[in-house]
Amino acid sequence: MQKKHNNRLRLGIQIGFTALSNGYLAGFLGKGLFKGALKQVCLPGLNCYSCPGALGSCPIGALQAVLADRKFSFSFYVVGLLILFGALFGRLVCGFLCPFGLFQDLLFKIPSKKIQRMPLDRGLRFLKYAILAVFVIWLPLSATNIVGQGSPWFCTWICPSGTLMGGIPQMILDPNLRSAIGFLFGWKMLVLMLIALFGVFHYRPFCKYLCPLGAIYALTNRFSLYRLELHPSACTDCGRCAGACKMGVDAHKTPNHPECIRCGDCCTSCPSKALSIGFPKKH
Amino acid sequence: MKRWIPSAILLLLGIAFLGFGLHRGEQLTVMRKAIAICLECIGIG
Repeated sequence: MQKKHNNRLRLGIQIGFTALSNGYLAGFLGKGLFKGALKQVCLPGLNCYSCPGALGSCPIGALQAVLADRKFSFSFYVVGLLILFGALFGRLVCGFLCPFGLFQDLLFKIPSKKIQRMPLDRGLRFLKYAILAVFVIWLPLSATNIVGQGSPWFCTWICPSGTLMGGIPQMILDPNLRSAIGFLFGWKMLVLMLIALFGVFHYRPFCKYLCPLGAIYALTNRFSLYRLELHPSACTDCGRCAGACKMGVDAHKTPNHPECIRCGDCCTSCPSKALSIGFPKKH
Repeated sequence: MKRWIPSAILLLLGIAFLGFGLHRGEQLTVMRKAIAICLECIGIG
């Protein structure tokens, strides 16, 4: 009962935040992208700034944009924001505030046989760090054109959130863009469809294996202020928390594991209330 | 108390980086990119 209530609350927050942060309705009516000052601010999740309704920027897109610019070789602004989000929330962003995380959560609700654990799961979890290093940082900095300008490699070749939130709506709204569809759009649709299909059978495959933003927040999970607390005297080692975790974390052994998205399922499944989640309370 | 030191350091580092980035005007680069449709992001290239 408690678990159902918590899941509904989390879904409500996910939908609410996605709607709020992409609430520029004029964009969906073909009036163009939002051009207000708020667009300078990065949203915490993977939210394409080319989404017709986007009111803020994507941090991964913004990071690549600054790295690819001839003026800067490091983005203090975007990295500072990411460190702030990470230090405050850790991967709570993934669990509650990311629109693509919401998309995958909804896909997993589709009735089907579910794969609990992927082969090579442990090794595949490091792939997102490689994608961060190569596609988000190294290639935009190093693969530059004749005038020294780079391009957003992750956005161009991988990001399924860009396809879902930006590509598809923009193609629907603008016939001129539709006429320019070529190989790249086909490739991006294939990537999105494969991730979506995978997401029906296995929980959040993009978050686990491919998301560079998840990789960044994972690095801060151990230190974030919003955190999981284990009360060892109450823990009976029953293992129900590990069984409840769809991200494969054993909360009673590693409560602030880099893969924990702070969904709270472990807390609601614990029969002895040995796990709690939130900001630190004054005792 | 000791457990909060890494969190505090990260928070201060984040604020410092954010401030320096704003001082350099990086947010304008983000803005310039964000107010035009990113053709690479949507699959046009």
